[in-house]
Order: sequence, then C-alpha cells, then structure tokens
Amino acid sequence: MEIWRWVFIGFLFLADFIVKIEPFKLGRSQPTERISGSAGDVLEDDPVGRLKVFVYVLPSKYNKKILQKDPRCLNHMFAAEIFMHRFLLSSPVRTLNPEEADWFYTPVYTTCDLTPNGLPLPFKSPRMMRSAIQLISSNWPYWNRTEGADHFFLVPHDFGACFHYQEEKAIERGILPLLQRATLVQTFGQRNHVCLKEGSITIPPYAPPQKMQTHLIPEKTPRSIFVYFRGLFYDVGNDPEGGYYARGARAAVWENFKDNPLFDISTEHPTTYYEDMQRAVFCLCPLGWAPWSPRLVEAVIFGCIPVIIADDIVLPFADAIPWEEIGVFVDEKDVPNLDTILTSIPPEVILRKQRLLANPSMKQAMLFPQPAQSGDAFHQVLNGLARKLPHDRSVYLKPGERVLNWTAGPVGDLKPW
Amino acid sequence: MKLSALQQSYINRRSYSFRSSGPLDSSSDTAIKSPSAIFWLIFHGLCCLISLLLGYRFSRLVFFFLFSTNFYASPFRPTADLVRTLDVHSVLSNNPVANLHLPLINKTLTNSRVVVGRHGIRIRPWPHPDPVEVMKAHRIIEIVQKEQRSQFGVKDPRTVIVVTPTYVRTFQALHLTGVMHSLMLVPHDLVWIVVEAGGVSNETASVIAKSGLKTIHVGFNQRMPNSWDKRYKLESKMRVRALRIIREKKLDGIVMFADDSNMHSMELFDEIQNVKWFAAVSVGILVNSVNTDQMVDHKAEEENPRMPVQGPACNASNMLAGWHVFNTLPYAGKSAVHIDDRATVLPRKLEWSGFVLNSRMLWKDGGDRPKWIRDIDTLEGDIESPLGLVNDPSMVEPLGSCGRQVLLWWLRVEARVDSKFPPRWVIDPPLEITVPSKRTPWPDAPPELHANEKPEMGIQEPIEKHSTKRTSGSKRRSKRKHGTRTDTQVLTRHSEQN
Repeated sequence: MEIWRWVFIGFLFLADFIVKIEPFKLGRSQPTERISGSAGDVLEDDPVGRLKVFVYVLPSKYNKKILQKDPRCLNHMFAAEIFMHRFLLSSPVRTLNPEEADWFYTPVYTTCDLTPNGLPLPFKSPRMMRSAIQLISSNWPYWNRTEGADHFFLVPHDFGACFHYQEEKAIERGILPLLQRATLVQTFGQRNHVCLKEGSITIPPYAPPQKMQTHLIPEKTPRSIFVYFRGLFYDVGNDPEGGYYARGARAAVWENFKDNPLFDISTEHPTTYYEDMQRAVFCLCPLGWAPWSPRLVEAVIFGCIPVIIADDIVLPFADAIPWEEIGVFVDEKDVPNLDTILTSIPPEVILRKQRLLANPSMKQAMLFPQPAQSGDAFHQVLNGLARKLPHDRSVYLKPGERVLNWTAGPVGDLKPW
Repeated sequence: MKLSALQQSYINRRSYSFRSSGPLDSSSDTAIKSPSAIFWLIFHGLCCLISLLLGYRFSRLVFFFLFSTNFYASPFRPTADLVRTLDVHSVLSNNPVANLHLPLINKTLTNSRVVVGRHGIRIRPWPHPDPVEVMKAHRIIEIVQKEQRSQFGVKDPRTVIVVTPTYVRTFQALHLTGVMHSLMLVPHDLVWIVVEAGGVSNETASVIAKSGLKTIHVGFNQRMPNSWDKRYKLESKMRVRALRIIREKKLDGIVMFADDSNMHSMELFDEIQNVKWFAAVSVGILVNSVNTDQMVDHKAEEENPRMPVQGPACNASNMLAGWHVFNTLPYAGKSAVHIDDRATVLPRKLEWSGFVLNSRMLWKDGGDRPKWIRDIDTLEGDIESPLGLVNDPSMVEPLGSCGRQVLLWWLRVEARVDSKFPPRWVIDPPLEITVPSKRTPWPDAPPELHANEKPEMGIQEPIEKHSTKRTSGSKRRSKRKHGTRTDTQVLTRHSEQN
C-alpha cells in the first residue's frame, strides 16, 4: 500500500504543476506583451483573500440622498467614488465583522454637489468629510484606535483632499488635517505636491465603459493620423491671455503646431472623437487646470500612444503599470520641439508600445465596469491596498494618545454640515 | 466676505479672481477692511480704468516697477514684451503680489520644479512644419500600418496575377490609367499581364511603364474588330492566351481578370485571397442606357433591380445555388452592335472579370488540380466565359460574403472608331490654333503676332471634330461646324505640353 500512497502524492504534485501553467488566451490574434511594473506582474493579481474591508454604514444623507438629488454624478469623471461604494458592498472582500477587517471604508460622496453646468463645488466637501469622520469616530471605536491609519477614502476631485479647484487655493489649504493618517485614493498625482501624500493610491478618472465599447471600429482600419488632440488650448472664460491654464503648455502646443499637417488638433467636439482616436498613432494628454485627465484612459482603451505633457505627474497605479514604457513623457519646456521628439522615436519602440497597449489587462485596469470584472480598476485599488498590508505596529495608538488636531484648518471648515 | 463673493460668482469656473485675489486676500478671512485694503482697492480700480484706455494690463507694469525683486518663477523681460510678439517670449512673471504668498508657498513646496502661477507660452522661432520631420512621420505611419496589416489583414497574401486585354484607342489612356492606379495601391505582390490586340505598341508600353509594377506585355496579332460581339470573342481569346503564358511561366498566385474599363475596389484584392481553386465575385453592371430609360423603367422596374449585378447566388445555407446574370430582354433589339452605335452597350451573360482562379490549376502537371477543373490544353475552340474551364459549375466558391458584396463594376464607354488622339497624349510641336469662339463674353482679341499654322493641320482636325476638352486651360470653345473654318482669324496661341 505504501507505493500507492507515493504514487498518489506524485500524481498530486504533477497535477498541481500542470494547473499552474498559464491558460492559453484564445481569440486574441494581436501579439501583446506582459506588463511588469515596479511591483511586478501584478495587474492580474486577485485581491480576494488577501484583505478584508469593512464598509461603514452611514446615514443616507452622506451618500444616497446626495445621489438622489443629482443623478448626474453617475456619469461625470468623478463617479469613481460612487461605483467604488457599490462595488465594495457586494464584493467578496467585504466583511461584516469589523474586528477582522484590515481596511475601513467610509462612503461619503464629497464630489457630488454640482453646479448647473455639471462641475462639482468643493466648498462644502471639507465640512462633509469632517462630519462623516466625527460620526464614525463616535459610533465605532476603530477610528480612534489608529486615528484613521487603517481607513481609506476616495477623493477623486481635482486636487484630491485639498478640496479646491484652484491650485493656489488648494495648496494653501493643504490636505484636510483629519485625513493626515488615512490612505487617500485619488485621481490627482504630482510629485512633491502638497495634495499628494505619501502612500496614496492614484486611480484613473471614471470613463463610461459602455459608451467606449459602442464606438469601437475594426482593428484593421489603418492608423493614418499622426498626432490627435481635441480640447481647449486657451480657457477663454477664466484665463483669456493664457499662461495660467495648463501652465501655458496647451497654448504652446497650439501656437507651435496649428498649421502642421501631422497634428490633428482643434477645439471642436466631433461625434467621431472615439473613432478618430482609434485612427491615430499618438494622442496628446496635456495637463489642464489639474495634471490628470480622462484622455489618458481613452488613449489606453483605443490603443493610441499617450503623449503626457505634465511635469512631475504621477499616473494611475504607477507601481503596477510601467508608464514610461507605454507612454511618451514630454517636459513642458520641450513642447516647442514636440514634432522632433515624436518623429525621432525609433519605430520598434513605437510598435512595442502599441503591443503593450493592446494587452487586455492594461485596458481592463483603466476601467470601472459595472458589474465589476477581474483585473479592473476596482481590483487594482484593492491590490494596492493589499500591498500596504500588514499595518505597521506603530499605527495602533496607545489608549488616550492623540495625534490629530481636530481644530486645525480654516475656520469655515469647522462649521457642522 | 470675499469668500462668499467667490461662491456666488462660480458660474465661470475659476472667476476672474486671480487679479482681485492678489492684494485683497492678504487679509483673507477677516471681514475687517484695513486701510491698506481700501487703498489697494482704489489703486487697483484706477489701474483697471487706465488699462481699459491703454489696452493692456497697466497694473502689472506698476507692480513690476514697484516690486521688482527677482522671483523664483519664470524669468521676466522688460515691459516691451507686454505687447504680444510672436518670437519666443516669456510674458511678465506671475502676479507680483504673489510676493506676499511667497513665504507660504515656499515652505509647502519642497524641491519641486513645478511652480504655480503664470508661465510663458513657449513658441519656437519658426513655428512651422519641417519637411524632414514630416517625411519621418510618414515613414513611421507606414511602418505602423504595415504592422497592422500583418496582424489584422490577410495572413500570407499570395501574389495577384492580373490579366488585362487592351488595344490602342482614344479611351485607352483613360481606362488603363484607372486600372493601373488601382493596382498600384494593392498592398500585395502583383504581376500584371497586358495582352494587346494588334501587337505591342509604344502607346500601351508608355502608360504601363509609369506603374512601377512587374508587367508582362504581350501582343496578339489580330486587330480589334468593330462589332461588340466579335470584340468579346477576341478578348476571350486574348485572355486564354494570357492563361497560357501563366502556364508556361508557372506563375504562382491568384489570377484575376481586370478589364481596363472596369472599376475595382480595394476590398476586392483582399477578398480574392480567400480563393481555393475557382471562385466568383459579384460584379455590378453599370449599363449606360441611352434613350431606353423610359421604356425600361415601366416594364422592368419590378423584375430588375436598379443596378443589376452579375455573380453567384446563394441559398439560405450559404451554398452556391445559381447565378445572377444580366437580363438582356429589356434591351432586345436596342443594344449596340457596332462600336459607333449610339445605343446601350450590353455585357455578356457572365463577365470574365467576375471570376478568380488559383494559378496552380493552369499548370501542366495537374497533380493537385481537382477533377472538376479542365486542363487548358484540352480546350477545343474558344470559351465564352471561365465557366468553360470547369466541368462542374456547382463547385465554384462564392466570395464576398456569398456574393452579397459588390466588389467591382463593369462599364463600357468607348469613343468612335475613327476618333483620333495625339500619340501618347503629347502635343508636339505646340499647337497654333486659330479658333475664334462664337458665344463667349470676351471680345475677340486683336491679331497679335505672326501667322504660321500650316503644319499643324493634321492634328487640328480631330480636335475640332470632336470638341473634346483641350488640355490647356483657356476659354471654352463652342462646338464648331465645318463651315466656319474658313473664317478663322489667325492668332497665335501656345498650348502647354502635357
């Protein structure tokens, strides 16, 4: 009988080994390349089982009622906060037992107070956030245990948790003092900036996946546009002379290349915007009032190499996605030489970038599909959170120890919401 | 107080508070207006009024002179640069009252090279396209497209062997150039076999030579007859001759027939790569109905579609069920018999150009050849259509989503038999014509220089007869009758050489 036991064990080893071999990807005729960032080949990691998230149940005035008041919040580029909440409520990483949770999520929709034009007003957001934190710290003991170090918040607004749309004002305010120890999941990312703190997770802005899916054209359509861009160059309403908007970079693009036949750039809003991107080799993604924009997501989905013109920007999931190998980075001061820079990229490099962009896990990581699919942006956020585990012993405060200053910040923020 | 004003004016996303936020925000949240704030307000208002008059931001100038310390921001230029110029300019540095913000910003922005505030718009000295860069970009685009084709286009494309019968006539240049350009665009390897009735001529050779394609130019020693019936027969013979050439040379690829008067779409060349042995595509027939439109429309509207199509017909399970052929009944008795007839030119029942062959079926050692294809050498007499090459017509493969896609069009437009044209369409020596126009608004120009136009008579004739368009862009001439030739005034005109 002994020998049969050994045969059985040998068979198990063999089966285990075979199962580990990569499943053959059928139906994908375009050769793609694996994406390895500084965190390794992690785009396809599965966070389920690696972390547990407890979702606080807040009164509906913090989330449902706000959404009811203005359902446009589901379609604009800050909609990630709402979809993340929905995803976590039904995700297998959610736990109902807070004692075993690694991370705590507070569903408060701070970017849903919209003007008639659809732009979010950040003026009440600090008070809303503060009120939510006061609520969770008084009703549950977990906030006070670590003063928020194992809590994460979604702040997809222009400058993240600085809660202002003007950069000068945002820098002046700084990150909300109560969020100093929490992990922030935000779209804004710029190195050495007040509004990006150490350990934040950058996510892409929300782009509607179904809308992009319906505008796909056959892949054999030849790419005949060299550089493509649609958008403002001068923000005439707020900065007519130029120089403030986009730090003058967009205006420089226009002035230098407006008569260049290789650059298909204009301020129009064509209905064939998505189709045109699929016929272009390079898509410009310059900064605007904030360095990030949904153009990056669109360029990745449509296979157009993004040309990022934003100094010191931190791109989404920067530790998992090797953006240097996928996109082209141009300093703002080099914008007048953009055509020389782009035409001097060797063709093999361009073809390689296109292969990396064609990788379906790359496209999936930029999207927030409903219902969630494996490898999408929700899962990348969870992967990022999982990589930060286990929490350091030092985040757990001794009873009675206080670090946060609850009265810091402008006087206006202290008013109750 | 200032804050609420900001909130109210949020219709513009970032309101014009940049300037107003300067001196007034120094006392940001306090509602008390200190005397300095009031002073700045009045001063600022004054500067605004002056700016309105002068047309540029006067306040900047004053502040620049008052606070001319060296900022960490972009370098500034003398005030002449305030007026926009097109050379590299750095506009005056950011809001000088950022001075007051400096200590605040400096302590929060540690070693960042990105600064907030106003930046210059960098323009290079010659902001126009550089032709070298443009060429490099086009090469990159070509490489990208080639890669796309190799991934999503046809895998392992086979050589396309094109058979074209032709002969020298007025419309030959028109038709042949059209076909030539279509063939030049085909991304696959191509061999063009041109069979010419009446022997090899320089005319045809000169047109073909411009293509840059691999061509085989062969002569056929009969001349083109004048009746359409006989012409079709001769063309069939010429095509079979080309097939024999393919057989001799053992060319490998896909044989298609491109008549020089046809129009081909680019998808056709991708679609024919799917042929295994013998395939058929749908051909759109553009019949140039002359004077028969009314008759045809009444009777045949329900039976015939507007533009008839010749090609394979499939049943519901996408198998070949029959053939769509051209219905000649409405034109019975009214079709053109000779070239010069002003009547409708009809196609044959099934045109050669709708069929595609695998060249291996023509080879002598027909080991691979299926049984239902005949050997060319066994053909006695002529064949009317390529279906004569197959024993079993039901084995023909339908292409173009089973004949539903029309990938090429048949159209026959020819000039009269006696129509002449300048050899190789080169007018040499230059024309010296003498035709006063009858109905133009321009008065007849006075006779200018000398008069010598005798040697050009031979070439003048046909041009006057047919009133074809002259190549030199000049006044339109009305139709001329023979009688008025005696009235010609002598003018000299030079027409440009082609």
